[in-house]
Amino acid sequence: MKATGRVHKYGDHIDTDAIIAARYLSTTDPIELAGHCMQDIDAEFVERVEPGDIIVAGENFGCGSSREHAPIAIKAAGVSAVIARNFARIFYRNALNIGLPIIECPEAAEAINAGDEVTVDTDEGTIVDHTTGEEFSFQPLTGVAAELVEAGGLVPMVQERLGTR
Amino acid sequence: MTITEKLLARAAGRDEVTPGEFVSCRLDLVLANDITAPIAIDEFRRMGAEKVFDPARIALVCDHATPNRDINAATQTKKVRDFAREMGVANYWEADQGGIEHIILPDKGLVIPGDVVIGADSHTCTYGALGAFATGVGSTDAAAGMALGECWFRVPETIEVVYTGELQPWVSAKDLILKLIGEIGVAGARYRSLEFKGEVIDNLGMAGRFTICNMAIEAGAKNGVIAPDETTLSWIEGRTDREPVVLASDDDASYVRTVEIDCSALEPQVAFPHLPENTRGVSEVGDVPIDQVVIGACTNGRLEDLCAAAKVLEGRHVADGVRCIVIPGSHEIHLQATREGLVELFLESGCLVSTPTCGPCLGMHMGVLAEGERAIATTNRNFVGRMGHPKSEVYLASPVVAAASAVAGRIAGPEDL
Ligand code: SF4
Repeated sequence: MKATGRVHKYGDHIDTDAIIAARYLSTTDPIELAGHCMQDIDAEFVERVEPGDIIVAGENFGCGSSREHAPIAIKAAGVSAVIARNFARIFYRNALNIGLPIIECPEAAEAINAGDEVTVDTDEGTIVDHTTGEEFSFQPLTGVAAELVEAGGLVPMVQERLGTR
Repeated sequence: MTITEKLLARAAGRDEVTPGEFVSCRLDLVLANDITAPIAIDEFRRMGAEKVFDPARIALVCDHATPNRDINAATQTKKVRDFAREMGVANYWEADQGGIEHIILPDKGLVIPGDVVIGADSHTCTYGALGAFATGVGSTDAAAGMALGECWFRVPETIEVVYTGELQPWVSAKDLILKLIGEIGVAGARYRSLEFKGEVIDNLGMAGRFTICNMAIEAGAKNGVIAPDETTLSWIEGRTDREPVVLASDDDASYVRTVEIDCSALEPQVAFPHLPENTRGVSEVGDVPIDQVVIGACTNGRLEDLCAAAKVLEGRHVADGVRCIVIPGSHEIHLQATREGLVELFLESGCLVSTPTCGPCLGMHMGVLAEGERAIATTNRNFVGRMGHPKSEVYLASPVVAAASAVAGRIAGPEDL
């Protein structure tokens, strides 16, 4: 996967209530969810975000609830990847399962600024910040995480097992 | 090996496992609720699955927006109910058997020592109190679990938490876990297991143990666990026909870190907005007036919690201008609380008593906060907007501190009254 977009930058411990507040969870429609993405901490995000944009955040991104609505809302808002110092574990699993690219790269999470234009290449394991000219590399996924991305998410993987593909 | 490693090894059909490796485990129970099940059901269908792996090992609990707060919520609940019927899921209940998932599943004997459980709810870690491995996952993982009866895990490293000394009056399980989160932070146990032990845990009843394991996720942990003992085994007696598998960490088990907490000097704790790690002793809170109090949730909605709150409220009255909402964690607890006179005591002291629901805990309904309003709650999260308006505030505390605050009209401990 290779994507280029502008950066929306956030701090540490961005929780799933901030990504999508519980009051909007009485729906499973991705577009409706996307309409409230990041609302409680960044009311303008939804208007600012363009297809391909990238979220960059600090530590423990996606902590809190198990709601898969969080990565779904981010993906449906058009975000092509989330780069963070690190992720909360349920969010991490959920993102892999639904095919939202997530990248753990502390150096990039630190250095990249809001509004920078950035290209992410998950095959090469590189991040290029075109605004500052800086380049970063990150470790490719291993184990089941790599298999999940390879398969295109958990649904096709289970289809394989059930012979329903 | 640690108890968590043993639980995972057993469910993976292995003699041993080491932290960092990936294992596929068979599941004893898969849970989803009215928020997460609707997506899980869609994904289950997309997977092409026609039946669940075992209808007796699925639990679908509608508790977050129930009694249905609006048409959308009602539609979601109906979707879950219809799916439960279609699949013959035994563990789906209507209101008279229902309540908050993490309270009713253990109460009904659906989790016992040795089990491996996933739930599409982050507080699934509550069941670690029974000596089970239980962890939160998302809807798609839950769908795969329902279809296959299996789930993959990365074996976590374990942090050992030892509580020593003797608890002071009015100090309870909630204070023990808030203190720990204050010490290690909300990411302090990220991807790791938290194993709680020590004389204080040994002397704690099951209600308190559930409270502690419930908030393991608030330190980022994959699971929280307490090795089963006499307390555990006598608690599950009469609740299940299955044989418990009692495991414990080896003496030479390796821990990535040990945290020791001396409880002799521990006072009731309060977590300030907007993270559960912002804890202080109640004596250091200062003057914090409140608009609302919530006593309930999967953290502290058990009968023992209501009794503790009642002890403080007895013969007293909620302060003018404060709404104090008491929410029994299940229909059964509501009935017990009524029989024991607690409901009358709450009503007389000026509290509202709500039907069992998550409701205000996640700002869904039944006590949503307006801009600028402030609540103290026995819930487990105080993130921005958690109980309503993004500019409202939630402080976390135990039932006795919540009750004392209701009486004082500002955050207070029972000894301040
Ligand atoms: S009571 Fe609160 S924390 Fe517990 S399951 Fe319900 S919403 Fe989640």
